[in-house]
Amino acid sequence: MAYSEKVIDHYENPRNVGSFDKDDKSVATGMVGAPACGDVMKLQLKIDDNGVIEDAKFKTYGCGSAIASSSLVTEWVKGKTLDEAASITNTQITAELALPPVKIHCSILAEDAIKAAIDDYKSKNA
Amino acid sequence: MKLPIYLDYSATTPVDPRVAAIMMKYLTMDGEFGNPASRSHRFGWQAEEAVDVAREQIADLINADSREIVFTSGATESNNLAIKGAAHFYGKKGKHIITAKTEHKAVLDTCRQLEREGYEVTYLEPGSDGIVTPEQLKAALREDTVLVSLMHVNNEIGVIQDIAAFGEICRANKVVLHVDAAQSAGKIEIDVQNMKVDLISFSAHKIYGPKGIGALYVSRKPRIRLEGQMHGGGHERGMRSGTLPTHQIVAMGEAFRIAKEEMVEENERLLKLRTRLLDGVSDMEEVYVNGSMDHRIAGNINISFNYVEGESLVMALKDLAVSSGSACTSASLEPSYVLRAIGRDDELAHSSIRFSIGRFTTEEEIDYAIKIIRENIGKLRDMSPLWDMYKEGIDINSIEWSHH
Repeated sequence: MAYSEKVIDHYENPRNVGSFDKDDKSVATGMVGAPACGDVMKLQLKIDDNGVIEDAKFKTYGCGSAIASSSLVTEWVKGKTLDEAASITNTQITAELALPPVKIHCSILAEDAIKAAIDDYKSKNA
Repeated sequence: MKLPIYLDYSATTPVDPRVAAIMMKYLTMDGEFGNPASRSHRFGWQAEEAVDVAREQIADLINADSREIVFTSGATESNNLAIKGAAHFYGKKGKHIITAKTEHKAVLDTCRQLEREGYEVTYLEPGSDGIVTPEQLKAALREDTVLVSLMHVNNEIGVIQDIAAFGEICRANKVVLHVDAAQSAGKIEIDVQNMKVDLISFSAHKIYGPKGIGALYVSRKPRIRLEGQMHGGGHERGMRSGTLPTHQIVAMGEAFRIAKEEMVEENERLLKLRTRLLDGVSDMEEVYVNGSMDHRIAGNINISFNYVEGESLVMALKDLAVSSGSACTSASLEPSYVLRAIGRDDELAHSSIRFSIGRFTTEEEIDYAIKIIRENIGKLRDMSPLWDMYKEGIDINSIEWSHH
């Protein structure tokens, strides 16, 4: 299957691979997917006192499109408030990376990862 | 060294230059382009003679009589003709068929069609090494069993089944035995005198012949009858109508001749290369070989690199042409059914890569492959949350994953 240039770029030069301390109160962690399905995404956001995402990191087990989707969202969420980040949709990701129909689930997973991270942050700081 | 390196010989092989040279003599006006079925002029006679020679060469590789070879378009058609042809012909005797879960889709899908026609099919489940035992076959036989279809060598994991043992059982019970030998012909010995097989499917393009041509061995002693699936001019004794493609048949014959001549030597060379490849990667953590190592053809090795997803690995190994058991590319998202059938869990199935080496693989290519596999497994594991969890000692199966 042919990948778009953007997918290949993110795959070969993934942005923001890594981890933050998940026990840090300013860190939001979202882990979605399942190994049996062939993809697991871990997205971590570092959130400042004003509720703005100052940094993001990811680790992903999955196909090239899954890796590219998570790499892309780490770029997109930086500098956004939690509400702004929560409004990122899978269709935006699909469009940006020109994902084929069989890979749309990768973009859905990336959207879910953002939401899961925000939920984690809210429950931690409730 | 030319990149990318071709390590997918189980998918198809390049045509051997010796084969291509002969094939080209049967196409143009100054070559032998005649229709082998034309009886009224020398164009036809010479084409027929060329087909006869090829038939002999193919029969030679398996110790058969040339009259037992029926040309088809490839192993898929041979499997269809054998299974449907025998099931339909012997359908009055019974409607039970036995096959295995790890068979090629050309066998499984044909059996599914027969189920829709009212036949009943038992799918044997091989052990974790990929092997079906003679005892399993014996236990599955019934009064109304008319056909057993089991492959010689598996296309994904390269394991070799004990066909001679299946042959004994089937012959003793007067059940027709069909063997898909697409992945074994020219790679390991096939002797129809010793193996007691009734029907065998062959493909040319897996052993350095052209695509689009194959054959079905149909035993004469005992005489096996088939209902033709392709109707027309009654070619191939009514079992498969259609003008014989002389150039492809001649090429297949030459490919089989070369295979017979060079098989032993080639196997030694391939085994060395495969051992080199496996030794080069097996000291990494969490690396698993899929399928038996004791009963396996020399050219195949199927490895799961745990915590790395197969499709992303294939993408990383862009200088290597390999296949993955991860079906992330397919709409179903189901990983390899062969690996699932031998009890591999989904994660390991998703992490599998098939390397198949062949006639033109070099030591230099294997060394380069080892180098980039090692580099990329490291890179992808550094990116994998599952690898982190494994390193932290967290059991991945203890986590409640959200299946999507």
